[in-house]
Amino acid sequence: VCIHRVRSCSGIRFIKSKYVCVFDKSALKYSHQQRLFRTSAVSCGQIVQFKLSDIGEGITEVTVKEWYIKEGDSVSQFDSICEVQSDKASVTITSRYDGIIRKLHYNLDEIAYVGKPLVDIEIDASKGVAPEEDVVETPPMSHEEHTHQEIKGHKTLATPAVRRLAMENNIKLSEVVGTGKDNRILKEDILNYLAKQTGAILPPSPKAEIIPPLPKSETVPTDPKDKARKIPVPVSRPIVFSGKDKTEPITGFHKAMVKTMSAALKIPHFGYCDEIDLTQLVQLREELKPLAQVRGVKLSFMPFFIKAASLGLLQYPILNASLDESCQNVTYKASHNIGVAMDTEQGLIVPNVKNVQVCSVFEIASELNRLQSLGSAGQLGTNDLTGGTFTLSNIGTIGGTYAKPVILPPEVAIGALGKIQVLPRFNGKGEVFKAQIMNVSWSADHRIIDGATMARFSNLWKSYLENPALMLLDLK
Amino acid sequence: MVLQSSLKNCLQLSYVFRTPKAGFRNSTSGGLIIQSISNDVYQNLAVEDWIHDHMNLENQQVLFLWRNSPAVVIGRHQNPWQECNLRLLRQKNIKLARRRSGGGTVYHDLGNINLTFFTTRKKYERMENLKLVVKALKALRPQLDVHVTDRYDILLDRHYKISGTAAKLGRTTAYHHCTLLCNADKFVLSSVLKSPYKGLKSNATPSVPASVKNLFEEDPSLTCEMVLDAVAEEYATQHRIDHHITLINPADETVLPGINNKTKELQTWEWVYGKTPKFSVSTGFDMVYKDSVLDVKVDMDVKHGRIEVCNIDLPEQWLPPALCSELVKSLTGSKFCPNETTTLATMLLRVCPHDDELQSRWNLLCENLIMLM
Repeated sequence: VCIHRVRSCSGIRFIKSKYVCVFDKSALKYSHQQRLFRTSAVSCGQIVQFKLSDIGEGITEVTVKEWYIKEGDSVSQFDSICEVQSDKASVTITSRYDGIIRKLHYNLDEIAYVGKPLVDIEIDASKGVAPEEDVVETPPMSHEEHTHQEIKGHKTLATPAVRRLAMENNIKLSEVVGTGKDNRILKEDILNYLAKQTGAILPPSPKAEIIPPLPKSETVPTDPKDKARKIPVPVSRPIVFSGKDKTEPITGFHKAMVKTMSAALKIPHFGYCDEIDLTQLVQLREELKPLAQVRGVKLSFMPFFIKAASLGLLQYPILNASLDESCQNVTYKASHNIGVAMDTEQGLIVPNVKNVQVCSVFEIASELNRLQSLGSAGQLGTNDLTGGTFTLSNIGTIGGTYAKPVILPPEVAIGALGKIQVLPRFNGKGEVFKAQIMNVSWSADHRIIDGATMARFSNLWKSYLENPALMLLDLK
Repeated sequence: MVLQSSLKNCLQLSYVFRTPKAGFRNSTSGGLIIQSISNDVYQNLAVEDWIHDHMNLENQQVLFLWRNSPAVVIGRHQNPWQECNLRLLRQKNIKLARRRSGGGTVYHDLGNINLTFFTTRKKYERMENLKLVVKALKALRPQLDVHVTDRYDILLDRHYKISGTAAKLGRTTAYHHCTLLCNADKFVLSSVLKSPYKGLKSNATPSVPASVKNLFEEDPSLTCEMVLDAVAEEYATQHRIDHHITLINPADETVLPGINNKTKELQTWEWVYGKTPKFSVSTGFDMVYKDSVLDVKVDMDVKHGRIEVCNIDLPEQWLPPALCSELVKSLTGSKFCPNETTTLATMLLRVCPHDDELQSRWNLLCENLIMLM
């Protein structure tokens, strides 16, 4: 009767795939002998066809949406192989074996059939006998998934992948505390054991595997041997570190940076640095901040720096110029479109405030707010990012004092502002007082700008900021 | 017939294998109902990932209740350019997320509730879950005309979709989640889920548009809280557990170790946009410049969200050819993304000798190109 049932079951299997799951479960017990017979014939480097297992709900075909591996890749048991989709369900297919992928049976967007081969895997024979694949995804506690290891008369549960990891690191499974179900030893347990022994930095596991359920109610029994091992003993085991160098092509944003900076470095830069006493400006800003807030604008120091720069450019227009390609002509730009370097997720962007020469400090602050919110949302337009004539970079918000900024072509000058520090300084009477000091580092194109011009511009800019009342005199 | 009796016997055997401990069909020995305290779509999707990856569902199934602040959620294998109006999303600050389950695109806001049913892979049963939801709704308001279709939608009044379904199956666990429209903003929903795109060719899973309605429109006394509670109660009854909802914080690493990494991954450009199946764009636009109208044709192949092949057809000599070829070269390999393209284009202009005229032409071309992204 038993044999008869097996035959009729396996016969029907291929006619009505709907009943596959039913038959296979019952056939499991009976075909055990058949299975052993077949697997004993497995030789070295045997190629096994891994068939697409049952998805459930009577589904017979799925679409292959993404491959996680390619031919030639090596996989471990439980690694993800591909993603298939069927009727609003996305299914991750994982490998049943350790081995090397030899053939993918489907291309992307092709229909794959349940029960038909999905990939061919070459199994390494030294790992021992590979379990025969089933059409059905068997429940976790079934025979195939666990290999029992008999050591010193006590069974240790561990999957082949975990056993391999232990073997490679000369670890005896009996000495590892298993934290999985039924004290099963997991990959994490091996890694934790290793870390305790060697103090090595563990590589992060590429994908989370079976991790103990939350909350853990079972108490893990400690082996008496583990108690004795509490004190870490320096071991001559090789430290396991599987970090690898990663090379990737430069694309998009970085490619553009490479181009811009290469062009920038063709400009002969010279630098000029100074320190500014912002004590009075700090006080002024404190007074004006709430008034600007009432008008809905956040007032930082930048609007003052920008306006002061524009006033300075009125006296030294060569700093707001552009040199042509052949270095034959200099164009003095009428508009002061002052760029403000911003640090975003992508990297450096430099939007500019247009026509600062006709803007009030408040208007500049308002425009800066707009550019900053667009910049952080990644929504700056091309108009905001082109047409700049002079740039200020407030690196001080991140940190630092002096810098060596790089001029952004087609401009000829740039200033980098350090952070504001409270430092002791001497006043006119020779007394020490608390000063708010900021450092500025200018770079300029030495082909058309000389040191003296830069110094005088810097002095004028400095005087406006150290004594804001002076700005009022020259304000346009 | 011998064949038929064998079939029957095998079926009965499967019954036993499927429900090993309990004697009857739909009972599980345990269940857990949890609700997220966060309205951040990425955090909540990360919780789903976490439970899917780390929880042992052999002895207890889980129901996860969550709501999000405005967000558009696309299915695992979908194309966001095809599915929604990205420009409108960005303007309105509506988040875009890609979930790990299949299916189509949905709009979430606080008037929509999300239910996720976690089971072992063996116990994955979408119909049962949806029937549970319908039962809960009918218990709350018996006069509601709601039923489940064979496409796993829930319809109100036989016509309006109030719930869409998607599922994710892993090696040992599975989850089925669905939306439920209580009081969502239908106006925003319909405007963001309409893509203005023309000329896009792709094998990505398309969404099936449907007329929607809120439960609130049928019965203004219904609130999200009431519906959530009703579903939780029905779940508790069917799983023979206490009607107790455990609140969880999706940012708490002590309860959910590793959750913040999952949240971060869901927010990366590589996941949201980069996982779009390969597609091609073949379109054009008219640029109005001074007194003339210029016809521009654009062809691009996009793979992993990056431009693989790029071709821009411009009227001759309108822009210096060297600059145009530089643009095409730079675009190739870069993200099909407005931000990246803007930065690229503006940086390129710096290294090319230009005057105001060239600058305005360049900006016009780039603005139009960026609108495609």
